[in-house]
Amino acid sequence: MKEPIIQFKNFSFKYESQVEHTLEKINLSIYEGEKIVIVGPSGSGKSTLAHCLNGLVPFSYRGEVEGSLTIKGHDTSTLDIFTISKMVGTVLQDPDGQFIGLSVAEDIAFALENEAIPQEEMVRQVTDVSKLVDLENKIQSSIHELSGGQKQRVSLAGVIVEEVDILLFDEPLANLDPATGKHAMALIDQIQKETKTTVVIIEHRLEDVLSQDVDRIIVVDEGRIVSDMSPNELLASDILESCHLREPLYVKALKYAGCNVTPDMHPESIESLAIEQCRDKLSEWYESTDSVKQEKKNSPILELRDINFEYHKGIKTLQNVTLTIHQGEMVSIVGRNGAGKSTLSKIIGGFEKIKSGSIFYKGEDITEDTIFERSNRIGIVMQNPNHMVSKHMIYDEVALGLVMRGVPEEEIKKRVEETLKVCGLYAFRNWPISALSFGQKKRVTIASILVLQPEVLILDEPTAGQDLRHYTEIMEFLTQLNSQGVTILMITHDMHLMLEYTPRAIAIDDGRVIADHSAAHILTNISIVEMTNLKVTSLFELAQKAGMDQPIEFVTRFIEYDKEARLTWRKNY
Amino acid sequence: MAQELLSYIERKSPVHSLSGATKLIIFILYSTAAMLTYDTRVLLALLVISIVIFVMSKIRIREIGFILVFILAFLLLNNIAIYIFSPQEGVKIYGSSHVLFELAGRYNITWEQLFYQFNITLKYFVVIPAALLFVVTTHPSEFAASLNKIGVNYKIAYSVSLALRYIPDIQRDFKTIAKAQQARGIDISKNQKLWKRIKNISSIILPLIFSTLDRIEVISNAMELRRFGKKKKRTWYKEKPFRKADYIVLISGLFILVVSLLITFYDGSRFYNPF
Repeated sequence: MKEPIIQFKNFSFKYESQVEHTLEKINLSIYEGEKIVIVGPSGSGKSTLAHCLNGLVPFSYRGEVEGSLTIKGHDTSTLDIFTISKMVGTVLQDPDGQFIGLSVAEDIAFALENEAIPQEEMVRQVTDVSKLVDLENKIQSSIHELSGGQKQRVSLAGVIVEEVDILLFDEPLANLDPATGKHAMALIDQIQKETKTTVVIIEHRLEDVLSQDVDRIIVVDEGRIVSDMSPNELLASDILESCHLREPLYVKALKYAGCNVTPDMHPESIESLAIEQCRDKLSEWYESTDSVKQEKKNSPILELRDINFEYHKGIKTLQNVTLTIHQGEMVSIVGRNGAGKSTLSKIIGGFEKIKSGSIFYKGEDITEDTIFERSNRIGIVMQNPNHMVSKHMIYDEVALGLVMRGVPEEEIKKRVEETLKVCGLYAFRNWPISALSFGQKKRVTIASILVLQPEVLILDEPTAGQDLRHYTEIMEFLTQLNSQGVTILMITHDMHLMLEYTPRAIAIDDGRVIADHSAAHILTNISIVEMTNLKVTSLFELAQKAGMDQPIEFVTRFIEYDKEARLTWRKNY
Repeated sequence: MAQELLSYIERKSPVHSLSGATKLIIFILYSTAAMLTYDTRVLLALLVISIVIFVMSKIRIREIGFILVFILAFLLLNNIAIYIFSPQEGVKIYGSSHVLFELAGRYNITWEQLFYQFNITLKYFVVIPAALLFVVTTHPSEFAASLNKIGVNYKIAYSVSLALRYIPDIQRDFKTIAKAQQARGIDISKNQKLWKRIKNISSIILPLIFSTLDRIEVISNAMELRRFGKKKKRTWYKEKPFRKADYIVLISGLFILVVSLLITFYDGSRFYNPF
């Protein structure tokens, strides 16, 4: 039996500012060389658990600790954050915020600089580690020039440049598109094998994490450890569902079909899954569900014709983009980072001026309209709510746009209150915004746009960083708006969102529209999936593995069925 | 992307290749000389050297235009203030009064006053190139290292360079926020009245502060997790070691300071008196 390298014993933690314990009597042993995944919904305490491991709790975030935590046999209460960080290297969640150096080399060297390692030695170590993460050609590049995946490799290199025993990843996939996420997991796996470290990953995108083998999955909910078992055992159980965590879609499909998922079917990945005994049940289920008829919408609300745009002379960000959005549609716009999808939303909102082409709103040419004029028809919600909130109180924030338009006070009151009701924020109307959670803040920003009664709503990554519960909440809210007639466009790389909520998806690569089809078609088309850095949905792979004749239709039916199922689930919840 | 206020400009020049610490020390020596002396001959000589170095740096005036206009405006203001508060300063210093023409009361224009203010203006022109060159030819990565090298505590040095580094990021945030707010009807463009514009800009400041506070929390955690502040000393990956050119420049700088002080104080007065 190996020695535990990390051991929590009856460990509890309470933040200084809070009344309740965030972590409650945690008992957990992690052994040398293991690869552990910790999952849990937002607010479950999983981030706090990570902060306990790297020393941010209690050194940066103060509070009361009970019980003990030992790392490599040392009780952490006797150590300082510097000693702990020598043993536990942390790769933080936000890939942009955590860079300290300006160039790749400097950032990797940061920890060495702090240890006062001589310059020559430092240069040698930085070169070595940059080879390990495959960045040796980028070493002098500025960090801003890198892609999301490369950024993550830099932050990993900055941690492993010194020998650490434990590598801690705090939501490593949060800002990555599905394909990059898969590469990231493979890289973590490779580094672990080469450096023989213990790896702890905090994440809620379980299906993506499981693209590589892990030893155990710990489920945390409401500050307690709910389960601690192998991936196969966990996926066969119903623990994930009861903690409001997303099961891998193929597992969910098996369960819907009434298959009894057992650990020896190896459900941990679609490749290892033994499907033989489920084949019949799956096709029975397929036959029993109805095919979905998509009604064609045909009343154009927004038309882009032959749009060209460039930020810098000669580098085309958008090329000959032509597309039509119909009234009442819900459409997702997908593409890899830098493909031009955010630019597209900026152009529709009038934030940037196009070089050539024209934009029509209900047949009327709005190409020359200002941001302000367009904002009465087209509302844009930014990804980061902190970029929008400018008042202390929720009511004032939502009223702001109307006040600026000189709407009479009584009407403002009426419209703001109506909007707050629609957004489920009426009860909070006299609250300060700072008291809200991230998801609620996001809803405030949506409300502040909605109050202007635009007929088209464009949202940039509406669900980024949200767990399943908040994700469902936001998306159900948007669906409800959509059913009231608001046309919704979403920029996203969340495949679940595409599949579950948007019947139509537009894929953009290199400033061009490369596909405009149903989400199920796009996520099953290998060449488009590759160009947009998405992944083929595991449902499609399941259907193929089960030998279905029409795998795309299988995907479509699953989504419809799942939507119904989740609506009931939400009602009961 | 709009021109950034004041930031590093990449060039290949002898000035760029000097160590940042050298440039900082030269800047300090140079300003000391310019501050202490009122000797027109010395100032003119220093000015010539300043201009030569500026030309060598291959930085174009246009690239620092904005900040230059700002400084010149300040210089003008300073000159006006000197005249208003002390119109007879030149007469007092040079001990004679050659009146050009009278204005009112003690306000007249004398050659002495003009000469005195000309000297003040010269001082500005001597220091401006040295100061600007230090900032625009020192790579931001090396900035903190140079401050640290001349004895500034590395924590302070690092904070200064981080603050400078975040200026472009914050500018970017500002633009995003401004556009988002404009879409809600908060106009800060030129078609608004000035007072309204100022009021409207305040609604951009709050989101800007929030997003900046977020940034600070993340970065300070990231720094702490990689043991910033553990030791009394730290090394710098990007520090340029001193080379021959650095020593030559430093010695010349010291030489210039000493010579200019000798000339200045040779006859017991800091002023050169042509009258």
